[in-house]
This record gives sequence, structure tokens and C-alpha cells, in this order.
Amino acid sequence: MTEALDALRQHLEAGLGSRIHRALVDREELTLELSAEHFLDTCLWLRDDPEADFRQLIDVCGVDYAEYGEGSWNGPRFAVVYHLLSLGHRQRLRLRVFLDGALPMVPSVVAIWPAANWFERETFDLFGFLFDGHPDLRRILTDYGFVGYPFRKDFPLVGTVEMRYDADRRRVVYEPTRTEMREVVPRMIRVSEEGRYDARNQ
Amino acid sequence: MPEINNFTMNFGPQHPSAHGVLRLVLELDGEVIERADPHIGLLHRATEKLAEHKTYLQNLPYMDRLDYVSMMCNEHAYCRAVEKLLGIGIPVRAQYIRTLFDEITRILNHLLWLGAYALDVGAMSVFLYCFREREDLMDVYEAVSGARMHAAYYRPGGVYRDLPDRMPVYAPSPYRDARRLGELNANRRGSVLDFLEDFARRFPGYVDEYETLLTDNRIWKQRTVGIGVVSPERAIALGFTGPMLRASGVAWDLRRTQPYAAYGSLDFDIPVGKEGDCYDRYLVRVAEMRESNRIVAQCVDWLRKNPGPVIVDDYKVAPPPREEMKGSMEALIHHFKLFSEGMAVPPGEVYAAVEAPKGEFGIYMVSDGANKPYRMKIRAPGFSHLAAMDEMARGHMIADVVAILATMDIVFGEIDR
Repeated sequence: MTEALDALRQHLEAGLGSRIHRALVDREELTLELSAEHFLDTCLWLRDDPEADFRQLIDVCGVDYAEYGEGSWNGPRFAVVYHLLSLGHRQRLRLRVFLDGALPMVPSVVAIWPAANWFERETFDLFGFLFDGHPDLRRILTDYGFVGYPFRKDFPLVGTVEMRYDADRRRVVYEPTRTEMREVVPRMIRVSEEGRYDARNQ
Repeated sequence: MPEINNFTMNFGPQHPSAHGVLRLVLELDGEVIERADPHIGLLHRATEKLAEHKTYLQNLPYMDRLDYVSMMCNEHAYCRAVEKLLGIGIPVRAQYIRTLFDEITRILNHLLWLGAYALDVGAMSVFLYCFREREDLMDVYEAVSGARMHAAYYRPGGVYRDLPDRMPVYAPSPYRDARRLGELNANRRGSVLDFLEDFARRFPGYVDEYETLLTDNRIWKQRTVGIGVVSPERAIALGFTGPMLRASGVAWDLRRTQPYAAYGSLDFDIPVGKEGDCYDRYLVRVAEMRESNRIVAQCVDWLRKNPGPVIVDDYKVAPPPREEMKGSMEALIHHFKLFSEGMAVPPGEVYAAVEAPKGEFGIYMVSDGANKPYRMKIRAPGFSHLAAMDEMARGHMIADVVAILATMDIVFGEIDR
């Protein structure tokens, strides 16, 4: 498993060269970090190269690193993560493209993998990333007329509006939400405790 | 002569064949579909956002509510992701129990799909037969977890508890006489495994019954053969997985190609279709039910012979046994910290997928070392399938939309998340 992954990594590094920012193997998964320039060429190569053969796009999603590690993150804020699958070689690959915080934009891969269409719409809807060249970049999961990008870390969990039926006006009305944010279990990172992760530390 | 324009029509969200809450905007030229635009999100609950605010253990029951007809397979993907992040393995018996319940879930899912599909296409009675068998399997769910549907039975590190020694029996009631009660309880005298063994023996006969009703039925064939054809190349490009991909002739099944749990050591076949139409998808799913039944029988056999632990012996991940907690202070503290603060998961990112009944169900999880996931993305198979609705329905008649929609095995719990 690991040998096959190393072989794939060497092949990708040889084929793509400097277009790969970083290639890392962690927990038997290979991740390539790419830049938004030459991104489409790289994807096309990954799909069409017979050794790579990543013909199937499994998933596209956004990640907002704003609060990663209690503010210890000092890279770009946003990233788009693609999961690819090679049916011929039975291998998976993860691509990550970091995006600019002010104008998060990345070329659309719909022309390369048609499956990306809805995944990119979803990422646009939830994170507000723009996919340059997408044929139909509309919101998909949120309500008609929704404002904001709900999966960004600065969007409150309880939302901003609530909806109810108003009997007097005989229609559904939107109002600012009255739900209060409540955190039952606080978020906690334990790095200082040596051996916290060790299986047999009882 | 007046010019006739295309007109648009709303299909759903209240339509019984819309399988929940799909609003499908159809652009029609007479009765022919020019364009189908599914509007989804009416069941969007932001599970992924909620998961960022809950501990790893609290998130588990949300998984049941994604694809609410294949509950345990969703839990399986989630548990595999957490275990991969933690870097722990699970006991072999737990792997077999998971395999057993994955296959029970697959049968449950395909039975509901078959019943609902037949109902959509116009065959009423299949629905009733399918639900009869579902009831038996639901009882097994209930016996192990206490819940008929939202089980929360799989846990990171194994499964919550071992299979019970007794199968619950029907209680006496004024509506059943003693003879009927005896009939109902005839196969419930032994353990859960005895009941499943009996079920696995009976089930192929039931599948024959469904096939008698449908496979060579002329009306059934007229409604499904040649409808919604997808070529293998197109199925791969559109991100199809599971029976949708296999019906197009691509032999890809994660249970075989990237084995997990106990699938590597079991004997089963992968049914593959040829034409990629609705009829092939029906045949593939029916054949899968038979294969799942074979796996169930093998797992029952193995589980009978091999007792052992069903959850890891690591108190940072799984709670200590009840008896130990009564006497040991460490065990009590571990229990308290596990259920209040939760487990600490090392930083990193993983993608774990299982072959759910509908296709590849995956969890992409990013952890920054906290007791809650930093980001969790749920890869739902139905999402890619429904995205292909426009392409599959174009040029078909309006009645075929129902047949195509139902053949995708759409469940909005997982698509809208």
C-alpha cells in the first residue's frame, strides 16, 4: 500500500515537477498542494496520464482555516480540496489549492470532470469561493435569497435569520434570529499532555 | 398557426414520487423533457457545520440521519475516519459485526428502494412484500441497539456492545391468539444469530418472489428497459458510484477493490450490468441482495465460532466496562472525561469511504488536535447521481422522469445533509 503510494508520488513529482508546491503522504493518503495557476493543466494531466489515470472526481469541498489550532494557522485562509479516484490503479489522491482570503477564486474543473458541477456550486454556496468558468454558478443548498456564506468560521452556528408563518399578514416572514448560541462542551486542544494520544496510556 | 412554446412545470416538492423534498423544474416540449433542473436543499440541516461544534462521540448519531435508510453504513464511514485519524485498529469480531450489519443495512436499503420503485412505476404489491422482510431486519437492529432505525451502534473503536443472546419475542396480546403468537415467535426462540441464520435461509425465496412479480413482467420492462441509459465512460465522468456505476458495466466495488472491515476474507460476487438502463440497475440491486444475504450467512457462521472483544481496550477512545468503573478510580475518571470532554484526536486529515448501498459514502475529516472535528465533509453518493438528472432525463417522456429518479435511489437526508 505504502510502496504503491510512494511510486505514485514519485511519478507525479516527475510528471508535474515544479507545479507541485508540496506532496505529503500521511496515514496512507497522498496530498498534493497546487497553485491556482496551471491548475487546469495539472488536472488534465492527472486525468489523462495513463500512470495517474484519475478519471473520477469523488468530491470537492472548501475548508476555512481561520480558527485552525486556536489561531496558530499562518497560511492562506481558504482552501479547496479535491478528492480523485483512479479506478484502473485503485488509488486515491487529494489535491489542495490555497486561495486568497480577499477574493477566493479558482478555475473550474467542470470541463475536465463533469461531476464537479454540483460540488463546485455547493462550495460556492457554503464558502463563497468563485469557480472561474463554471457554467451555472448558483446557490444550491441554502434557501432562495439567502445572504452570507454559512460554512465560513465567522458565520454563527445559529444563523442570522429565522422564518415563521405570520397569521396576520398571511405569509411566511423572515426575522433576525432569537436563538442564542450555546456551547455545551468547550473546544479544547491538549498538546502539552505527553502521551495523551498513546493507545496504552491508561 | 400559433407558435407553441416550451413550458416549465414544477415537479415536487410535494409529489409522492419526488422521494422526499425534491423540487424539479422541468422544461417541457409537449411531453418531452427539454431540461430538468433539480432544486435541492429543502432538507439542508448543515450537519457538517453542526459537527464542528460537537465532540466526536456526539457527532455519531447525526450520521444515522443522513441517509436514513442505510443508517449503519454511514456510521461505518464516520467511525473509519475517526479510527484512521486516531491510528487505531479494531478487534476482529467488531469487524465481522460491522460487516454483518453493513450487509443487513444493504438489504434493508435495497428492499425499500425496490418497494418504492415498483410503487412509482405502478406495481403496488411489491411494496408490501418488501416491507414484510424489512420488519424482520428492523427487529435485529432493535435487538442490538435498542432503536429500529437510528441505531448509533458503531462507535470509534468497534461497536457499542456484543450481539445479545436472546432475540426479543412478541408479547401476548388480545389481538393474537396463542397459535398465531407461537408462529410469530417460532424463529425467535434462540439468539440474534439464530434468527439471522433463519432469515438468511428464507430470504432467497423472498427475492424469487419479487423477481416473479417483476423481472419478466411486460409492463415493468416497458417502463424500465432503455430508460435513462448511461455509458460506462459517462458514468465515471459524472462521478457515479455503487450500483449506478456497476449497472453501466464498470466492475468497481470498494468492498472488493479497497477492502475494509472483514470483506477481504469473505466470499461474494459483484454483479455488473451491461446496458446501463433502469432495468439493469434493477437487476444489479436484486442480485446484490442475494450476495448480501450470502455475506450475512458467512458472518453469522464466523461470529458463532469466534467470541472476543468488540471494542478496543483503550479508555481514551472507548469507555471502560461498567464493573471496572464501580471499583477503579482511573476507570471512573476515564469514563467521565470521555463522555464530557470527549477524545482528543491527533491533528491531520483523512478521507474514509465505505461502499454504502447507494454508492461511495465518504467522510473527509480535518482535525487540529481538538476534541471536535475542525472540518467534516460528507461525500454523499446520491448528490452526484442527482446532479446527472438533467443529462439522464433529457429527451425522455415526463412519465420516465419518475422511473429515472427512483432508479437513482434518492434519499434527501444525505443529499441535502
